[in-house]
Amino acid sequence: MSTNGKQPKLKISGVKKHFGKKIVLDGIDLEIEQGKSLVVIGASGTGKSVMLKCVLGLLKPDEGSVMVDGEEITHVRGSERDNVMEKFGMLFQGGALFDSMRVWENVAFGLIHAKGVDRQKAWEIAIEKIVAVGLKPEVGNLYPAELSGGMQKRVSLARAIAKNPEIIFFDEPTTGLDPIMADVINDLIVSSVKGLGATALSITHDMASARKIADYVAMIHQGKIIWHGSVKDLDNSGNEYVDQFIHGRATGPITRRVA
Amino acid sequence: MTAKSEKIAIDVHHTASFLTDLLPDTCQALGRTILAFLQRVGQLSIFVGKSVMHCFLPPYFPSQIWRQLVDIGYYSLPVVGMTALFTGMVLALQSYTGFTRFNAESAIAAVVVLSVTRELAPVLAGLMVAGRVGAAIAAEIGTMRVTEQIDAMSTLSVNPFKYLIAPRVIAGTLMLPILVLVGDIIGVYGGYVIAIYRLDFSEGSYLSQTWDILETMDVISGLVKAAVFGFIVAILGCYNGFNSQRGAQGVGAATTNAVVSASIVILLFNYLLTQVFFS
Repeated sequence: MSTNGKQPKLKISGVKKHFGKKIVLDGIDLEIEQGKSLVVIGASGTGKSVMLKCVLGLLKPDEGSVMVDGEEITHVRGSERDNVMEKFGMLFQGGALFDSMRVWENVAFGLIHAKGVDRQKAWEIAIEKIVAVGLKPEVGNLYPAELSGGMQKRVSLARAIAKNPEIIFFDEPTTGLDPIMADVINDLIVSSVKGLGATALSITHDMASARKIADYVAMIHQGKIIWHGSVKDLDNSGNEYVDQFIHGRATGPITRRVA
Repeated sequence: MTAKSEKIAIDVHHTASFLTDLLPDTCQALGRTILAFLQRVGQLSIFVGKSVMHCFLPPYFPSQIWRQLVDIGYYSLPVVGMTALFTGMVLALQSYTGFTRFNAESAIAAVVVLSVTRELAPVLAGLMVAGRVGAAIAAEIGTMRVTEQIDAMSTLSVNPFKYLIAPRVIAGTLMLPILVLVGDIIGVYGGYVIAIYRLDFSEGSYLSQTWDILETMDVISGLVKAAVFGFIVAILGCYNGFNSQRGAQGVGAATTNAVVSASIVILLFNYLLTQVFFS
C-alpha cells in the first residue's frame, strides 16, 4: 500500500459518510499503487460497500476526497464523470446483470452505449470476453436468468473487464458461491487484473478470496481503517481485531450485537 | 381555600402540565411531517427537471424510445379501446334514461361526443394507463434499483436518466394523445351503436348532431390533457421506481405509490386544465 513516492492510482482521503444519525464512514484513508490489488476486509455492516459506492460516485461523501491519477473526482459530474467512469470496471455482489438483455448484450452494454462501438464489433469483443472467463460462446445468446450463480459471476466479470478498465472494483466477488467455484472466480480475477495491468480494489469477508487476490489488505472497523499492510503480513499483523477477524473467532474485541 | 377550589386548582395544574408535555411533541411531529413533505416535493422537482433536461439533450437512445412507444402505446390500445367503448355505450344509455324525462333525447349525441372528447377519454385513458403502464414502469425500474442494475449502468458510463427515464417520459407524453384520439373515436362509436341499435335513433340525424356540436377545441383540449397525463404517469412511475427502497416490499410500495399518486395528480390536473380551457 505504500506508494514509495509514486503517485497513487487511486487515493481516498478522509472520506466520511453518515445516514441520519448513523456514521458509516468516519474518515477513510487509502492509497493504491498502479497495478496493485488492495482488498478491504471487515465484518458486515462496517461500511465496505458504502466506501466503494463513494469511490464510484454512486454516493456523495459528506467530507473527504477521492483522486484518480492525481485528479480530484469526488464532485465531478456530467460528461466529466462519464470520462472518469471509462477508467472503471465493477463486479457487483449480486452480479447486477440486466435481465432484459442477452448475456452478450450485457457484456457489450458499455461498449455500445458509452463508447459507440458498432454492434457487430461489440458482439465480437463480448464473445472474446465471455470465452476469457471460461464460458462457451453459445452462452452469449442466453438470458441471465438461464445461468447458474457461478456463471452469472463470470458474466459479470466479463462485463467488468469488457472496456479494458484501468481500475476494477470487486464487491464481495465470491459471496454465494461454493468453495470450488469461489476459487475459480478468484483465479479469473487475478488473471484478468494481471492480464489488463489494472489496479484492483476489492471488498470481501472471505479470507480465502482475500489471500488469493490481494497484494495489500486493509481492515475496516466502525467506519475507519484500523490496519493495513501487505497480504504477507496478514497473519502477523499484531492487531487483535485483524487476528479475530481472519480466524473467525466469536470472542475478541469485535463484538456483534444480536438484536 | 375550599376543598372544591383546591381540586379545581389541581385539575388546572394537571391539564397545564399535560399540555406542556404534549405540545412540544405535537409540534415536533408536525414539523417533521412538513419537512418530510417539503423534502419529497423538492426531490420530485429535481427529478422532474433532470428528466425533462435529459429528454432534450443528447445522446438519445432511439431503440429504447421505440420500445417504450410500443410498450406504452400499442399494448395499451386494447385497455383504452375497451374502456372508451363501454363508456360511450353507458353514456348513451344513461343520458337517454335521464333526457327522456325532459323530451331532450336529441341532446344525447352532443352529451356523448362532448363528454368523451373533453373529459372521459383523456381521464379514463390516463387512469387506465396509470394502472397498466405506471405500475409496470415503477416495478421494472424499482427492481433494477434494488438489484443494483441502475448502479451497474452508471459504472458502465451510461446515464440512467438518458437510458431509462427519458425514453419512458417521451413515449408516455407522445403516446397518450394518440391513445385518447383512438379512444375518442371508439367512445363516440359506442354511443352511436347504442343510439342506433338500442334506442332506435336515426343514423343520419345522430351523426349530424354529433358533427354539429363538436368543435376542434373539444378534441384538442382532450389531447393536450392526454399529453400532460402521459407525462404524469411516466414521470411518477419512474420517480417511484428510481427511489424504491430495498427488497420486494420496497418495490411493491413503489408500484402502489406510482399508481395512486399518478391517479390523484391526473384528477388534479384535469380540473386545472379544464379551468384553463373552458372557464
